[in-house]
Amino acid sequence: MKKSMNYKDVMNRKNEIMKSAVGIDYDKFESGSIAFDYEEMMKESSYSLEEMINIQSEYSIGNTPIIELKNLTKIARKLAPEGKGARIFIKDEAISPSGSFKARRAAISVYHAKKLGYKGVIAATSGNYGAAVASQAAMHGLKCIIVQECYDSNQKGQPEIIEKARKCEAYGAEVIQLTVGPELFYEFLKLLESTEFFNASLYTPFGIAGVETLGYEIAKQFLEKEGRAPDVVVCTNAGGGNLTGTARGLIKSGVTNTQVVGASVNLKGLHMASDTQFNKKSFTTGHTGFGIPFATLPDRSDVPRSAGRALRYMDRYVTVNQGEVFYITEALAQIEGLERGPAGNTSLTAAFSLAREMYENQIILVQETEYTGAGKHLQPQLSFAKDMGIDIIVGDPREEICGQNIILPKHPGLIQAVDLDMNKLKKSYIKNAIIGIDEISISNISFLAEETKSTVEFIEKTLVELKLN
Amino acid sequence: MKAVKGDWVRIYKVILTSKERGKKLPEDTKKVPLEMWDKGFLQSSEAVIGDIVEVETIIGRNITGKLVEVNPVFDINYGNGITETLYIGRQLREMLGE
Repeated sequence: MKKSMNYKDVMNRKNEIMKSAVGIDYDKFESGSIAFDYEEMMKESSYSLEEMINIQSEYSIGNTPIIELKNLTKIARKLAPEGKGARIFIKDEAISPSGSFKARRAAISVYHAKKLGYKGVIAATSGNYGAAVASQAAMHGLKCIIVQECYDSNQKGQPEIIEKARKCEAYGAEVIQLTVGPELFYEFLKLLESTEFFNASLYTPFGIAGVETLGYEIAKQFLEKEGRAPDVVVCTNAGGGNLTGTARGLIKSGVTNTQVVGASVNLKGLHMASDTQFNKKSFTTGHTGFGIPFATLPDRSDVPRSAGRALRYMDRYVTVNQGEVFYITEALAQIEGLERGPAGNTSLTAAFSLAREMYENQIILVQETEYTGAGKHLQPQLSFAKDMGIDIIVGDPREEICGQNIILPKHPGLIQAVDLDMNKLKKSYIKNAIIGIDEISISNISFLAEETKSTVEFIEKTLVELKLN
Repeated sequence: MKAVKGDWVRIYKVILTSKERGKKLPEDTKKVPLEMWDKGFLQSSEAVIGDIVEVETIIGRNITGKLVEVNPVFDINYGNGITETLYIGRQLREMLGE
């Protein structure tokens, strides 16, 4: 019998489609309630750090250089109180085969797909991950489909996303471009079902564990270079995988005192599923529109349990404004001689601000950069913003209103990372986790404490506030 | 514009009409259909823009849709000249020179 392809029926087949498309029986890790065995999931369905280093190095991924940004550090020190201004370093992931750290994630997913005998891989992404999967599929001789959310209803597309479509096609992938809307998932499921390809999701254990090597390299390279780990590592945060993988890699390398900071571009007020607001933003990833919802509800992803769980590892979460990131992107080219993509510089913008709070002998590391080029560069992105009616102003970035203007700071001293309230985020996570649950067991309370890097006391107090237990 | 068999073309399809779309959507998105574009080699002997055609995609899938473009281009470049950022390098270099 031919299967029904209507929206409701396809969505109802979600679990069975996913099971055959990722080769993981997620039920095995479930407790039947809020908790699931995260570590067991990561262990059973993924590779050891050593295996991943071998897989990645076979495909020229990893061992990216650490660069000290001496001029940017000098500027930060000029703007900091006496004795403050940490040394700023960057890990230059842009030199990866597909131009970003996402190659690490794709390497493990695609390797695994090939090992299991899948003929092809599919990923739903408008970001660098698409190019990474396409590049890895090319290396492994697998077919590849990338599904992008790309256009608004006037078929106006973000230049950054169109560039990524071009890059995916350059590696031999088929690129399917859709208009705005979460039903992209419906099309994605239909494709998985009809092609029987592997879902190279960003959120499987493979997709996350691949980043652990980044954390491992940070630990190793800094030990060799500076004799110790960085004091702070800043990760651009969207779906949570970058931060999760990096932090796990650091922990596996014995680094436990480094503060892990998430950074996202502030897109307050813009709805991610809105057709008319889709092109009012100048950043298509690394922003709060993904970062906050995924941190507080990680299992909203395209697999039953996301392996990217940022709140488990995040010590601090800051936002920076679009104009500030463009300023720092220009600064990186102008005084450090490194032209890199704007989205990857989100964490650098945060680091430039955080460095001024830290002492001169301390070290802050930005753990990624990304490639840049036509479409994916501050010039076309600002030009597009203007076409969309956004004002480009030089002034005080605190006055930036998302969707109305982009304010380039008139002075670098105005660049200021803004802290998100971690307790509020944790409470929001807890609130989401207990929806539909009447009684919270002790094991669920410990799970929630692990999930939010908090304590049993904090969870109990929060549950009382939420009028439960 | 006319296309012949084997031409590299772009096709268009409505995946969900506005009525068929998911429930939890902002009002503006609800009003418009979910649309799709893909590319492939034209399978019919000839066609013109607007025809419903079959194509073979680069990885060998056969799909149908409305023909919208022949020899599709990537419409990306460096945009119009942006002069607003020119002060940044000068400002920072001056600070470094102080």
